[in-house]
Formats: sequence, structure tokens, C-alpha cells
Amino acid sequence: MLVQPDPTFYPSPREAMRAPRERLAYVALLDARGDGRPDGLATVDLDPGSPAYGTIVDVQDMPVAGDELHHFGWNVCSAALCPYAPHPHVERRYLVVPGLRSSRVYVFDVKDDPARPRLVKTIEPETIFERTGYSRPHTVHCGTDAIYVSALGNVDGDAPGGVFMLDHDTFEPIGPWEADRGPQRLHYDFWWHLGHDTMISSEWGTPNMIEAGPDLDLLLGRKYGHRLHVWDLRKRTHLREIDLGDQHQMALELRPAHDPTKTHGFVNTVISVEDLSANIFTWYLDEGTWKARKTITIPAEPADPGLLPAPLKQFGAVPPLVGDISLTLDDRILLISAWGTGELLAYDVSDPLAPRQTGSVRVGGIARRDPHPGTAGVARNGGPQMVEVSRDGRRVYFTNSLYRSWDDVFYPEGVSGWLAKVDIADDGSLTLDPDFLVDLAEDGRRPHQVRLQGGDSSSDSFCYP
Amino acid sequence: MDLTQWLILAGFGAFHGLNPAMGWLFAVALGLQDRSRRAVLRALPPIVLGHAASVLVTLALVSAARVAAPPRAVSYGVAALVCGFGVWRLVRRRHPRWVGMRVTGPQLAGWSFLMATAHGAGLMLLPVALSGGHGGHAVLALTQQTLLFTAVHTAAMLAATTVLAVVVYERLGVAVLRKAWFNLDFAWAIALIGAGAFAALT
Repeated sequence: MLVQPDPTFYPSPREAMRAPRERLAYVALLDARGDGRPDGLATVDLDPGSPAYGTIVDVQDMPVAGDELHHFGWNVCSAALCPYAPHPHVERRYLVVPGLRSSRVYVFDVKDDPARPRLVKTIEPETIFERTGYSRPHTVHCGTDAIYVSALGNVDGDAPGGVFMLDHDTFEPIGPWEADRGPQRLHYDFWWHLGHDTMISSEWGTPNMIEAGPDLDLLLGRKYGHRLHVWDLRKRTHLREIDLGDQHQMALELRPAHDPTKTHGFVNTVISVEDLSANIFTWYLDEGTWKARKTITIPAEPADPGLLPAPLKQFGAVPPLVGDISLTLDDRILLISAWGTGELLAYDVSDPLAPRQTGSVRVGGIARRDPHPGTAGVARNGGPQMVEVSRDGRRVYFTNSLYRSWDDVFYPEGVSGWLAKVDIADDGSLTLDPDFLVDLAEDGRRPHQVRLQGGDSSSDSFCYP
Repeated sequence: MDLTQWLILAGFGAFHGLNPAMGWLFAVALGLQDRSRRAVLRALPPIVLGHAASVLVTLALVSAARVAAPPRAVSYGVAALVCGFGVWRLVRRRHPRWVGMRVTGPQLAGWSFLMATAHGAGLMLLPVALSGGHGGHAVLALTQQTLLFTAVHTAAMLAATTVLAVVVYERLGVAVLRKAWFNLDFAWAIALIGAGAFAALT
């Protein structure tokens, strides 16, 4: 137990921006061959003064194969400083790593040797099923009173999906979070406005709707998720649903403003069945009512059908397929990864209802296969997918694999994994760092979620502005 | 009531008031959320009242026990209870979870009552309360004593809480928490065990 608060806890996002530069990244690696090799948790050296800078220094293989690791997170974070349930002397030392395919959850300890996480606990799928009624754990957020984990479906792989809690001392599943889910059935991500005791959740699809790959009939039938749900974080009750429009299929990542006094946030919809565009919606509190408005449209890009995988040939265009977004801690720059077109975009969202584009870089893409500037002439596949911003808002790290069965539809030759870095300038423009490229071709596994040592722009939430 | 008792009661009041988990930090957070010093000050009365209620209930229960049971039995019972609670605080690091950032006055008072009770704030005062006047156990005298002890403790707690809340809100800023939020759990547990031992020995 600590005498002073964990040094990685910051009362406010403003303070967190002054945190020291990150020295390590943890990256989930997905085995896609399915021949019994487990997924891995890789550690990448991010210390520019280290001889190993920009390389993988360790990979911890999971004990068994087939987990499909997704959005892991920390046991505790800056939310531990919140005044109503303070526990500031608990250490940020455990990574809680959910297996989306297996419903298994691992807990790794990074305290003794941060570069070599050590597996200390495994929560077996049966325990999750029995205690929570949910399966397919996906995203982990450290809350003020527990570790919150989203789950895409029930034990049978159907609706409802939702949120369950883990005790943040013992990591034992406590149970489902919702006291009253109202009309909510589909689920994907969740996050909160701690200053307003409000949770927001989003919708992808049930496990049975996604595990075999994107279902074109479901998509054209507008059956995937297209709503946001607003919840009372204290009472755990559903307050309101916000329909983004059923043409906007799959509402995924939720990025509420980090400043707890603000009442807006951003969500990406993956694909519009009307024009294949991807869109960003801003949600906001308007005189006591939560609303949402479309604020960014990223259009599809025409392409030679000969370069396109089967489902896209008929359209002669590449959908941007925005899979992840990330918001800098000052709530100023929104990073958007367009996995289909191979583009990472930056928008100034100081005015959340009127974003202004400030930057763009390209690597990979379904049709373009843009090279990375560090290896000119080498065509890259996959595209910007999971995107993570350093606490100071200067550096962006992103990987190129989405989800195995979806990778294989849009990049049928198989995604060859890489992790790249972009620098954000004062004006919000983006530059790919030519000297930073972690190429996972040799390892053969595909990188997904990135977490930065000590915290990043999607790991912590704050109770003080 | 002698000067030593006064000082100990007031000292514990200040000690409780200093603890961010007892309420001043909540007041600061509510002020920052509303960007208003008035919101800080508005939060203090319910917090202090909730704390006082917890202390009063604990002292009143023991006063009732003193009316009903022989003094030695009460002393040893209190000693065992306070020591036991201190040990439990050492081995179990649980924090109460209730409410959120949007709170009404009564909810804030309820939160403060729970926090004070869960931390054993009233228990810490019991040995002092027992140390005086083993002779007469008139109900009236005990009632007066209970109210007076609670008032002295609460006044000191109010003073410490108010000063800290205002200074942090106006001058220091919550960044000070990163260094200055010392882990009082250990000191708190030791204080409880010490108080329990004191009750057994006197």
C-alpha cells in the first residue's frame, strides 16, 4: 500500500497532460492462423533514449489459444481520486485483459518488471457466465468503485449485451451492472461523464451477429446497432435512447469530454448503408436532455473494382470503415482511424458541434496499400485501427487489425500487422514518424488495442476539471 | 470535563477534518464542478452534520450501555470493539461506495455519516468519553456529556474542514492531492488501536 497517491493518478485531465512521456506500450496480439498458437501481450519500448526504442522487448503468450484479446485496461486510474469513493493509495499495476472470443479474462501484474507483465489471475469463462449472465467481454474501464467491463451478449451469444463489474481488489466478477436496462438490447462500448453521474453506451451487434464476419443481409437490413443509450450512473437505470438513424450502422467507440464539467462527447458510426460513409456524431446535453448530432462525414472513396474484395466490388468504392476514435486530454483534437481507406484523420473539436479538419496521414487501405514512410515502396495492408494518444497530446500510436473474421473479409489475403506512430503539431496537423514502425510480419500475429504505461487518453477518467 | 479531554476531543476533530475522505475534498470537487466558492461552502454544513451524527450515535450508544452495565464491563467492551475495528481497518482496505457527483444536501449528509461510521470516527472518541466521571451515571449527566463531547469534536472538525476546503479551492488547487494526500488509513487504524488500549488500561 502506498503512502502517497499512485504517481500516475491525476485529479484533472489538465494535470495529466503534464505527465512524463510514456516509456512503454502494451499491445494485444491476435493469432489469426488458428493452429493452436495463443494470443500475446507485447511490450514495446517507447523510450527514445533506449537502444531498444521502437521494438518489441517482450511478448507474454496467453496460456491457451483462441482468446481474441480486445480492449484491455487498468485495475485503477485517476478516478480513484474521486471524492465520493476515494481510494488513492491503490496502485495502478494490473492490466485486465479480456478475450472477446473466449470470454476469458486475464489479469497481468506490471509492477515488478513493467516490461514483462506477469500473469497473476485468470477468470474462466464459466465464472463470467455464472456470475454475470454475460459473455464476450470487450472493453475495460476503471471506475470510481469497481472495474467495469462491457460484454457483447448473453451466455448464448444473443441480446442483451451489457456491462458487468469486477471487484478492483480481488478481480472477482460482482455481477451485471444494470438495475433497469429499459429498451437497451445491443451493446458495444460504454463510458461516463463522472461530473454528471451519467453513463453512455453504444451498439454494435450480438456475438451471433458478428462472430462469423459482417453479415451483408443484416447490414442492408439495418439490423446492426445505431443507437446511444444514456444511463443514470448511480441508479444504474436506463434514461434515454438516442437513435442516430438506422442507416448509420454500428455505433462504436465513445469518447466523452475528459473535463468532468463538460457535457459532450463523440461516437463513430462505421458505415452508412446509404452512401458507405462513416460518420462522427457529437452527443451533448441541451437544457436537461441528451441529444446527438452528426458533425463529421468521411465519404467513401471510389476505387477500381479489381482491387476490391468480393463484398465491395459491386460498389466500386472503399468505405472508410471508421473503427476507432480518440480524444486528446484537453478535449481539443479528435483522432479518427479510417481502417478501410487507410487514413488517420485529425479534427479540432474545440467547438464540439463544428469540428474542423487539421490533419491526415495514410498507411495501408483496402485499395491504396499506402507504404509507411520508413519503408518506402513496401505496400502495407490493414489500416489505422486502434488509436491511442499520449497524455500530453503529442504522440499517437495506432495498429492495423480490427477483428479476425472482419479482417479476413476486407483484407482477404490476411492482415500483416504493424504499429505506427504519428506526431501531432500545435496546429493539430499530423506527421507519420518515419523512424517508428513496429513490423509484426515476422511474429505473424496482429496488433489491436494499445495501452501506454501509466495511462493514456482513453484509460482514465477524472472528477476535477 | 477537563482540559485534557477538551484537547483530545478537539485534536481528533481536527484529525478527522484533515482527512480528504471525510468531506473537505468532496466540497472542493462540488465547488470546482460549479465553478463557485459558494458551492464549496454550501457543501460543508451537511458534511459536518453527517459526521457529527455518526459521532453522536456512537457516543449515545455507549452512554446507554454505561447506564445499563457495570463500568468495567463497558470499558473492556469498548476497548475490544475499538481495538478490533482498528485491526479490521488495517487488514481490510474497503472504501464505502455511495452517491456520485450530483448530490443533494441530505445525500451529502448521509454520505458523510456513512464515511465517518465506516472509518470508526466515533469509536475513536469512546475511550476519552469513558475516561471521565466513572462515579455518577445519571442519565441526564451522560446526555449532557454526550452532547458536549460531540459539539467540541464537531467544532474542531468543522474548523479544519472549512480551512482546508477553502485554501485548496482558492489557493492550492487539487493538484496538491498528488503529493499531499497521505495515506491516513494506517494512522487511523493505529489511532483506533491506541484508543482501544487506552480504554482497557484506564
